[in-house]
Amino acid sequence: MTLLGDRQQLSYIASQAADARVNLELETEGMTLNIGPQHPATHGTLRIIARLDGEQVVWVDPSCGYMHRGYEKLTEVRTYPQVTALVNRIDWLGSFANEVPFILAAEKLMGIEAPLRAQHIRTILFELSRIANVSLFLGDLGVQLGAITPVFMAFRDREYVLNLIEGATGGRFHPNFDRIGGLKDDLPAGWIDETRTVMKKLRRFCDEIEDLLFGNEIFQSRTRGIGVIPRDIALQYGMSGANLRASGVDWDLRRDQSLPMAWDKVDWKVWTHPDGDSFARCWVRLQEVRESTRIVEQLVDTIPAGPVMTKVPRIIKVPEGEAWVCTENPLGEMGYYVVSQGDLGPFRVKIRSASFNNMSITPWLLKGVYVPDIVTILASLYFILGDIDR
Amino acid sequence: MVNPPNEEEFQLSLTTDTPAATDVVRDGILARVQAALGDKIVESLVKPGDDIWVRVRTESWRETAVILRNLGFSYFDFLSAIDWLPSPFGRGEDDPTEPAPVRDNTIRHGYTGGDTRIQMLARVVDPTTSMGINLKADVPDDNAHVESWTTVYAGANWHEREAWEMFGITFDGHPDLRHIYLPIDFEGFPLRKDFPLLARIVKPWPGIVDVEPMPGGDQDEPAQDGDAQ
Repeated sequence: MTLLGDRQQLSYIASQAADARVNLELETEGMTLNIGPQHPATHGTLRIIARLDGEQVVWVDPSCGYMHRGYEKLTEVRTYPQVTALVNRIDWLGSFANEVPFILAAEKLMGIEAPLRAQHIRTILFELSRIANVSLFLGDLGVQLGAITPVFMAFRDREYVLNLIEGATGGRFHPNFDRIGGLKDDLPAGWIDETRTVMKKLRRFCDEIEDLLFGNEIFQSRTRGIGVIPRDIALQYGMSGANLRASGVDWDLRRDQSLPMAWDKVDWKVWTHPDGDSFARCWVRLQEVRESTRIVEQLVDTIPAGPVMTKVPRIIKVPEGEAWVCTENPLGEMGYYVVSQGDLGPFRVKIRSASFNNMSITPWLLKGVYVPDIVTILASLYFILGDIDR
Repeated sequence: MVNPPNEEEFQLSLTTDTPAATDVVRDGILARVQAALGDKIVESLVKPGDDIWVRVRTESWRETAVILRNLGFSYFDFLSAIDWLPSPFGRGEDDPTEPAPVRDNTIRHGYTGGDTRIQMLARVVDPTTSMGINLKADVPDDNAHVESWTTVYAGANWHEREAWEMFGITFDGHPDLRHIYLPIDFEGFPLRKDFPLLARIVKPWPGIVDVEPMPGGDQDEPAQDGDAQ
């Protein structure tokens, strides 16, 4: 499967085999290692219980639920416009992107569509939240490997994007800006010029990170050939987003399904990587930030004139029916299965979050790896605890 | 808040044109699935330009997954359940000083119908065409159990653990059926409709008394319950 095929991977396998032999000869006893619930590599409160044999993991059990907030139950007692305030908090680094699929599902059930201008601005804000989210990942990646500098650069440059989101929506982290039928407001004056400047800064940040981190020999030896996920395993675990594309699956929900959004109106590329290892996952994300800046730059040039809100009743009642809408969020596929029975609020909402599926592979993936690799593999899978626990 | 638009200006943005009456692609997929599944299908539905729904027999829940995976639906999206019983607590906005209102508790099933209170809901996708199928199956009322999908799609493991603790559905053949989110001594199945949301019961929802006029809105018209525009 993997195309690495070089000395690096062979030496890794050989060292694993050597360790196994030593363990057999010495009859070392196993040990249980507890990581978390508070650990820099867990992006929240995730506890990982690992059973070790020497330096190798033989069995691992990620224990989630420390942050379970029961959003699926809470949506049942809220009206449709109120639900966006909840789902904002699922993946808190890319909040706006969480609102979009839910709003699209409600609009699908009501049979309305947002005006073109609102669709464009939605897409811009969606990509901005992806940039804010993934740029923090790129910085945080260094921390997991002991490099402190990239995270400061990431926080510095993410701030520009957060300022943009704040300028347009009023909220840095939880915009709650999407409405059924459009957006709360139009863009403020001068925002588009500012966006162009920031996108240039972000591309420079990507170049910096690529030089500093991806070209680093330590980074490469810690990530190349480690945590390999083959294509078919990734599919049957329901991995999505950059994790799936890093395993060589050319599938991006922004391109491969038709949604009332503006991705099909601009020129951009879906990046994949054939290796499926930690390095590939990080590399695909880096390219995605670059593509996102390109998408935003093209979209701000072509925002159509017109209103940002379509005509919706003052009290929103959604007709009876069921709808499934998913989008390619910063962490992967995020979808909502909304069941409506013609009431003010949804009857049932199944929230399909990306990190839950992405994490469910860890018992398989971490088997046999070395203890220090646990942290780099978890970092490269990139999960947000709010997205696992919902 | 955007000023209320005038009607002519907004006609264009509404999807007034009727959607296509037939969907060749999805009809083709459903025909292929029907040919493969045969009499395991109870009911099926294609909404043109939207999605496919298939309800299968409870006893062939696992077999359906095997057949669909071999048909190319190799991407496991999610697995969950729906409790169709209308909530006896409404939306948790009852005034506690008033007597409890009488509610209609007849079960109304969604697409592709159903016979039982709880239904399985899962989705599998063909990654090459990006077309998915929403699968449903009835879960017996008296003894809620279905076959596990873990040997077909490995990713179903955590989803089934979640469905087990949230809906109380037992998955036959699941290797590791234990709590994933809730504490190990938790009692009850929270996503069942008859499980009360205690936060709403011990303290009335402040939304009941929300009479503040909306800023920039129509001042003559008092804001109504459930209006968050």
